[in-house]
Amino acid sequence: MKINPDKCVACGNCTYVCPVGAIYVDPVIKRATVDRNECVECYACYNGLSTERLNPVLVRTVRRLFQMARLRFDPEPDICPTSAFEPEDLQWPRVVRRAFSDPRATHESTGVQGRGTEEVKTNDVTQRVKRGEVGFTIEFGRPGVGVWFRDIQKMTQALAKANVPFEKKNPLTLLMSDVSTGALREDILDEKILSAIVEIKVPIERTEEIIHLVHEVEKEIDSVVALGVGTRCDDNGEENVVSPILQRLGYKLVRAKTNTGLGRITNRLEEPSNADAPIL
Amino acid sequence: MTNTLHRYGNEESFYDDYVVFASPSKGKNDEGSIPKLKKFLEMALPFKPVNVGDPAHGGALRPSRNQTIASHWIRDDQPDFRAVIDGIDEPASVSAVFDNLQTAEKFLKTVKEADLGLCINISTSIANAQKCCRFAGIAPHSIGYSLGFEGKTEKLPNTQILALTTMCGHGMVSSSLAKKMIDWVKEGRRTPEEAVVYLTRFCSCGIFNPSRAKRILEAARTKME
Repeated sequence: MKINPDKCVACGNCTYVCPVGAIYVDPVIKRATVDRNECVECYACYNGLSTERLNPVLVRTVRRLFQMARLRFDPEPDICPTSAFEPEDLQWPRVVRRAFSDPRATHESTGVQGRGTEEVKTNDVTQRVKRGEVGFTIEFGRPGVGVWFRDIQKMTQALAKANVPFEKKNPLTLLMSDVSTGALREDILDEKILSAIVEIKVPIERTEEIIHLVHEVEKEIDSVVALGVGTRCDDNGEENVVSPILQRLGYKLVRAKTNTGLGRITNRLEEPSNADAPIL
Repeated sequence: MTNTLHRYGNEESFYDDYVVFASPSKGKNDEGSIPKLKKFLEMALPFKPVNVGDPAHGGALRPSRNQTIASHWIRDDQPDFRAVIDGIDEPASVSAVFDNLQTAEKFLKTVKEADLGLCINISTSIANAQKCCRFAGIAPHSIGYSLGFEGKTEKLPNTQILALTTMCGHGMVSSSLAKKMIDWVKEGRRTPEEAVVYLTRFCSCGIFNPSRAKRILEAARTKME
């Protein structure tokens, strides 16, 4: 993301709306400026700020007069008065910042907007997490801290070493150069993103082991981690298998996402092609 | 949609927070899902949601590209639910946010009776979800627990700011803006109602709960954590 210095009037509104604090008013040029190293290309500034098309020279003059008179200028806080934000044509590898940070950017690999796949929210039709299994979403960088891929790799490598399979359709898995070692592509390691989710699935018996592993690795990661644990309910809609394990580990379970099971497979089944037919 | 899962707060703080969302799954129930997604939100309207949204276009309060200088004094602060429904043009999760148990229960029951075939989830406290499902006669299929935030939690802001910003799980509501709005409410520069509108516009999928945010801002006016 760039801020056009010819348009910017240094009102400072955008410095507050950046989730990672990457925008500041440069005292030398007296214009809002994006710290490209810290910017995660989330587009919160471009998509979230309302815009006007006021004359920058006029606005600067008015602001200067107010400042001289020590009068407080009290504009709406969510407006860029001169439409100064200009998206860049992002190239690889910087483009992965946007793919993982801007919720409206679609991961071409999965066709899913956002950072993960569909985890348990569509489990009633995908049956991705079956009885006896537990799905983990290990999310980095949220809220508003951000994370570097080189830090995420510490977790993926530790999980791979523990023989934990990664969710195939997850965008992070698709960025691995070697899924067996959890190594991410070398050329993205120095890219920072707003957040990303590692998705794994293991037998319930490994729940405690995985949580301990995550605890150990997160000590080496310069960001925050949000853990989500998904599992199947029994026929009565109760879940009394995983929750006792989590409570024993000291977690106070407060919030959850509950899949009601109302989903059905409604797509037409594809006709098997001749190529798939058995050879007689 | 882990973006609804990790909202910050204790169990009591979710008494006015219920996100019900409908999701089509690629290759399973996404064909012909757009009219069903629209119907899902249409069905929500009589129950007076506090927000509705779709991730491609946003929630009921959105930023505008065509503001004029007059917008600093006269601005449309009313949520436009109809624009959200009319704007759905691709299969993606859509959500309706409610601020009380009774309407969430009734809406979930209505959704069950409509039998849309879409995947329906409710995100709130575990106890609240159980009440809603019981009321609607639903035996849940799966559950995703939030274990909260770990790691370098010293990088997180205070709990009031966290309660506000985590209502946009995509992280589009920044800590700095939330802090600024708390300060403005404390200073009397804006009312909680006005401050909430600014925050809500940044949530890009419409799951931000303006009703809960207003309560948090009102509390922060006198008790800063």
